[in-house]
Amino acid sequence: MYVYDQYDQQIIDERVAQFRDQTARFLAGKISAAEFLPLRLQNGLYVQRQAPMLRIAVPYGLMNSRQLRKLAEISRVYDKGYAHISTRQNVQLNWPMLAEVPDILAELATVQMHAIQTSGNCVRNTTTDQFAGVACDELEDPRPYCEIIRQWSTLHPEFAFLPRKFKIAVCGSTQDRAAIHHHDIGLELLGNAQGEIGLKVLVGGGLGRTPAIGSVICEWLDKKHMLTYLEAILRVYNKHGRRDNKFKARIKILVKAMGVDAFRAAVEQEWLALKDGPTTLTDEELMRARSFFDSPDYQVMDGDHAAAELQGACSRDAIFGNWVKRNTQAHRVPGYRIVTISLKATGYAPGDVTAEQLELLAELADQYSFSEIRSTHQQNLVLGDVQMSQLYDLWQRLQTAGLATPNIGYLTDIICCPGGDYCSLANAKSLPVAEAIQARFDDLDYVYDLGPLELNISGCMNACGHHHIGHIGILGVDKKGQEYYQVCLGGSQAKDASIGSILGPSFKQEDMPDVIDNLLSTYVTLREEEETFLDTYRRVGIEALQGARVCPGSLRMGVSSTTAGYPWIQTTQRR
Amino acid sequence: MTGQICSLDQWLQLADKNGSAVQLEPGQEPTALAGYLDQLALVVINFPVFTDGRGFSYARNLREQGYHGELRAGGHFIRDQLTYLRRCGFNAFQMADEADLESALASLADFTEFYQAAEDQPLPLFRRRQQPAH
Repeated sequence: MYVYDQYDQQIIDERVAQFRDQTARFLAGKISAAEFLPLRLQNGLYVQRQAPMLRIAVPYGLMNSRQLRKLAEISRVYDKGYAHISTRQNVQLNWPMLAEVPDILAELATVQMHAIQTSGNCVRNTTTDQFAGVACDELEDPRPYCEIIRQWSTLHPEFAFLPRKFKIAVCGSTQDRAAIHHHDIGLELLGNAQGEIGLKVLVGGGLGRTPAIGSVICEWLDKKHMLTYLEAILRVYNKHGRRDNKFKARIKILVKAMGVDAFRAAVEQEWLALKDGPTTLTDEELMRARSFFDSPDYQVMDGDHAAAELQGACSRDAIFGNWVKRNTQAHRVPGYRIVTISLKATGYAPGDVTAEQLELLAELADQYSFSEIRSTHQQNLVLGDVQMSQLYDLWQRLQTAGLATPNIGYLTDIICCPGGDYCSLANAKSLPVAEAIQARFDDLDYVYDLGPLELNISGCMNACGHHHIGHIGILGVDKKGQEYYQVCLGGSQAKDASIGSILGPSFKQEDMPDVIDNLLSTYVTLREEEETFLDTYRRVGIEALQGARVCPGSLRMGVSSTTAGYPWIQTTQRR
Repeated sequence: MTGQICSLDQWLQLADKNGSAVQLEPGQEPTALAGYLDQLALVVINFPVFTDGRGFSYARNLREQGYHGELRAGGHFIRDQLTYLRRCGFNAFQMADEADLESALASLADFTEFYQAAEDQPLPLFRRRQQPAH
């Protein structure tokens, strides 16, 4: 992973000192609350219902074990002994004291972490595929580009007071695991006719009040132009984005208002002054960035043999076999698997992780996965490089810490914002809804039978829980002071991106498990053969599922056996 | 026509723009000044509210288009923005609150290193990085 040199460290240290001074001036009454607001937001500090919330940046979701241990220590000393993984791959602390935040930042700086631009109307943490560098379907590792963007966007003098927040995501694989169609800017690494890899640039995607799918403004851009082109887009947005209405201030509204062709022309016009200037990336810089993400020291193994051994272990212990099937994925190197650690155990807020769990994970990362761990925008964690032969040991240790829930990609792997329990923006609570649904669907065989299913919950229109792009989305709404929930169906964050459509009226919190149960029972009766929920939805339309609201019942169809064979463990060729 | 700072409308009416001074408001892009950049003595970019960041881009546009004269930030920006303003090409600051000017100026020294190319440092860090001596 990227390692700071003296320049990076100096910038981060100076930022800590600056924020310490700003906080001291605020506490001394020398800065008004209105003036302090963007200053603290640009350092990830919100004022919430219970206490301030500090959002710590995890650039493109990558951390090392030293950083995990530091986060555990900080959560114990300055907070209540747990942290939360956000839908932007960041880490949030829910209970810090304002006066202590500069000390927390200083602690973070000692392990090359910070909270810069995790909030506010500026360029936020750049996100990517949680399987970057290890996925089998990857064209090129997106992380060097994320790191280059991180540095360029960090304390960028021109773009710190944008009309609204600005989010960039990069994808380097066939399958889009970074939801690039739903970002202000989405970048996709793509080959051209000459076999060179460049960038396809999408702009104007987003969630929130007005969900939108990004439009292509450049089919193929030479990588060396990445930063100048981004700068041109940001400049058009900074100059022309709406500032009179915060709900119309995102770039998606500007792109829609101008039309994508006019927007592209405006970008090309600004680009004239920037293109081929000093911000043009050099080969040396691209190589330097890539050098931090070279393959770790993988053991050369007989992949077929390792896979056969693993199949044997899976057959001997069906519970282990099921976890391997649900929570691990093919790795590009023979003999390795990618392990996703579910932070979605029933009874715990999705994405929450305790200090003890963080410390255990640091130990496991050291022992099994080159000391690295990744956070995902689905609010889980990933050990990217685990030898097949070590999966059984790893699984046993995860089990003891409640970290082996085998539900990755299924109904109970819910994406959920902190909602009305914590967030002062929320209209409704989201965590109790997630928990009630997880509790209702406690029969894992039924959950597996439902197939891959993304259920996303947001406590308000700001859509931090990505409800628009869940196959099933739930949105908390305020109806005359009462908390109600709207359901939308058919969203997708994949390359076949779509935005969910609203299903009928809204429902009371206590009815939500029934509503979801009825909906899924209807799907089960309507589905054909191997159809997923999303497939069925796309075939039959919302009308056919509409009946689900009124049709009571808990029709449960045949269940798949978790102890069937394991043909899904496949070896892959080293790239 | 020296000494007086014109609004953009007034300035456009000026017959003789030599030595003139103009103030741009948010929404008034500096393209309006094209062709006269070498005649202008002063451009003021006004920040009616400090959270409206359009002026940062206007300043860079002006410098990139070759304006070398005084570029003054006016209105309600705050001291914590001074570094960014200077980096974008401002070389004069008229603060709304001049009570604590000295300590405000200290904010200009908040950072000694930057990643990006800007008006005060034409090369991005990636073109300047030197590996530490071992």
